Amino acid sequence: MAKYIFQRLVYMFITLFIIATASFFLMKQLPGSPFKAEEKLSAAQLEILYEKYNLNDPLPIQYLNYLGNLFQGDLGVSFQMNNQPVTEILMSRIPVSAHLGIQAMIIGTIIGMLLGVVAALYSNSVIDYASNIISVIGISIPSFIFAGLLQYYLGVELGILPVAFWGSFAHTIMPTIALAIFPLAISARFVRTELIEVLGSDYIVTARAKGVSNATLMFKHGLRNALIPLVTVMGPMAVSLMTGTLVIEQIFAVPGIGEQFVTSIMTDDFPIIMGTTLFFAFFFILIILVIDILYGIIDPRIRIAGGKD
Amino acid sequence: MENILEVKDLNISFDTYGGEVKAIRGVSFDLKKGETLAIVGESGSGKSVTTRAIARLIPSPPGRITSGEILFEGKDLVKASEKQMQNIRGKDISTIFQDPMTSLNPTMKIGNQIMEGLIKHQKMPRGQAKKRTVELLELVGLPNASERVDQYPHQFSGGQRQRVVVAIALACNPKILIADEPTTALDVTIQAQILELMKDIQKKTDSSIIFITHDLGVVANVADRVAVMYAGKIVEIGTVDDIFYNPKHPYTWGLLGSMPTLDSNEEELVAIPGSPPDMLKPPKGDAFAPRNEYALEIDKVQEPPMFKVSETHYAATWLLHEYAPDIEPPEAVKKRMKGFAKTGTIRTSEEGEKS
Ligand SMILES: Nc1ncnc2c1ncn2[C@@H]1O[C@H](COP(=O)(O)OP(=O)(O)OP(=O)(O)O)[C@@H](O)[C@H]1O
Ligand SMILES: [Mg+2]
Repeated sequence: MAKYIFQRLVYMFITLFIIATASFFLMKQLPGSPFKAEEKLSAAQLEILYEKYNLNDPLPIQYLNYLGNLFQGDLGVSFQMNNQPVTEILMSRIPVSAHLGIQAMIIGTIIGMLLGVVAALYSNSVIDYASNIISVIGISIPSFIFAGLLQYYLGVELGILPVAFWGSFAHTIMPTIALAIFPLAISARFVRTELIEVLGSDYIVTARAKGVSNATLMFKHGLRNALIPLVTVMGPMAVSLMTGTLVIEQIFAVPGIGEQFVTSIMTDDFPIIMGTTLFFAFFFILIILVIDILYGIIDPRIRIAGGKD
Repeated sequence: MENILEVKDLNISFDTYGGEVKAIRGVSFDLKKGETLAIVGESGSGKSVTTRAIARLIPSPPGRITSGEILFEGKDLVKASEKQMQNIRGKDISTIFQDPMTSLNPTMKIGNQIMEGLIKHQKMPRGQAKKRTVELLELVGLPNASERVDQYPHQFSGGQRQRVVVAIALACNPKILIADEPTTALDVTIQAQILELMKDIQKKTDSSIIFITHDLGVVANVADRVAVMYAGKIVEIGTVDDIFYNPKHPYTWGLLGSMPTLDSNEEELVAIPGSPPDMLKPPKGDAFAPRNEYALEIDKVQEPPMFKVSETHYAATWLLHEYAPDIEPPEAVKKRMKGFAKTGTIRTSEEGEKS
């Protein structure tokens, strides 16, 4: 197991290196200049700024400098925000996004799971069809549409929740709902399919033939086996939440990492773009790794296989 | 001997998109204490449905017991509530299923799977249940039982898993053990061991066994009586000797004719022509008539009742009617019947093992 995790960490490192390189060169292709907003700057002043941030060096040199700093954990300083270090900016933004993301993930999967279980138990009933419609809507309609609708109805028409900004728990409700709909829809579908399959399997008949009660049958034999595979879709779900925050934080003016990322792209703030990209990549790989390990822990078939080598 | 189970005129239907499938059409039989009843018949004849109905394990929907009685110790299980059935399943009536690879819960330690019944039915505390589980695993011939209780099904081979399934079924010393093709998925040596095991345990506990199989050789070895099923009915029932030495139904002749024996060569194997009827629209008259070269005119119009051949032996064929022409089984089958007697395939093989 330890060897396996170490191996995965090495791969993670290589992947991050490739992403850092690719995003560095891609970013250099972005049109415009970080300082284009300061229109009053003269050519000479611009030249001074370029010089200061080493933007006049040949590309390979810039690249090597960048990598060198990266290895020391230095992501550079923002061009736009008073030379604030990128790591500092990320650190102030991540907790906000994490708060939203975790809240949405937990609420989405729990409600989705319940919906899926009920739909499986009463398959082909009205409840099942209703859950199916909710899932299809949740999967096919992008989250920003929900965000807009929520803002309009709950925020403007009814006025029961703040339309935007960050501060109290009330501020988190609408963005959480908007973000939670996708994981909710996915897990409802997934759990329904898995549970129906599990409940039709031979070992459920064996358990019934033992005389166990319906509750035991459902929870000990059915749900456990149906929920284990849900862990595998948690990874993609977390990633979709990540991309969801890019838009949702913008719409609700939430000071999270997604909002920062979008703003930085608009202003060509290279170090922040780079830093955020790397953070997203790191987070993505980490999630996949954690989920693989988690899966091994809860599924005995994989646990043993992993333990042998 | 006293009957532990009496099935009376059982009818079971499945509601499908195509319509009502009448899978079981008037099955009656009884099971005595300590005996082994084998049920044979082609695929789809209703063997599994009949036996699953006894433990009320038919999924509903689509399945439905439309009429009939299943009297277990005099009590009608058809009318029993789900709660009452839960107290009977696993305790009085146990079932062993065909496929050991899929009939164990993959994420539960096998010890826990065996203990479940003990804790539920015998109210054993966990520690005692675990001890009993180890004993059971030793009983079914699994080495290192005390270690293996904490392992998961994927750590067992197919034959070992079937032993675990047998241990689950035997845990509470059931009065009736239903074995639905328990050895079909296993190789021949393991098959023999599992059969031996079931026979041993039956002797010790005096339980009754209903044994479903396609293998007439196995029937000859393990059964006291045989029921032959065709298209949702029992067409012939009798002792092993009745069925093997004095079969009366042309379908039974067909089954015996298609059974390979050690000294028969290829040409002598006769397959039954045609295929079973579509149970969505069962034919008028005898369902076997279209495949029966001895079919009489009346077979096409009216279903034959059960005719009594002897105290133990009944068959549903118009050939047994007093006005029917005298028809002998085909030569190949007669030769085979003589062969059974000569080589002692039937019964005596058991005595042979013992001596
Ligand atoms: N869930 C179901 N839905 C519809 N029809 C069913 C269902 N289960 C069984 N049947 C029908 O009941 C009939 C009897 O099936 P059963 O499984 O008892 O056959 P069997 O004799 O056990 O065959 P095999 O030897 O292949 O196991 C078949 O015609 C089958 O189509
Ligand atoms: Mg069957």
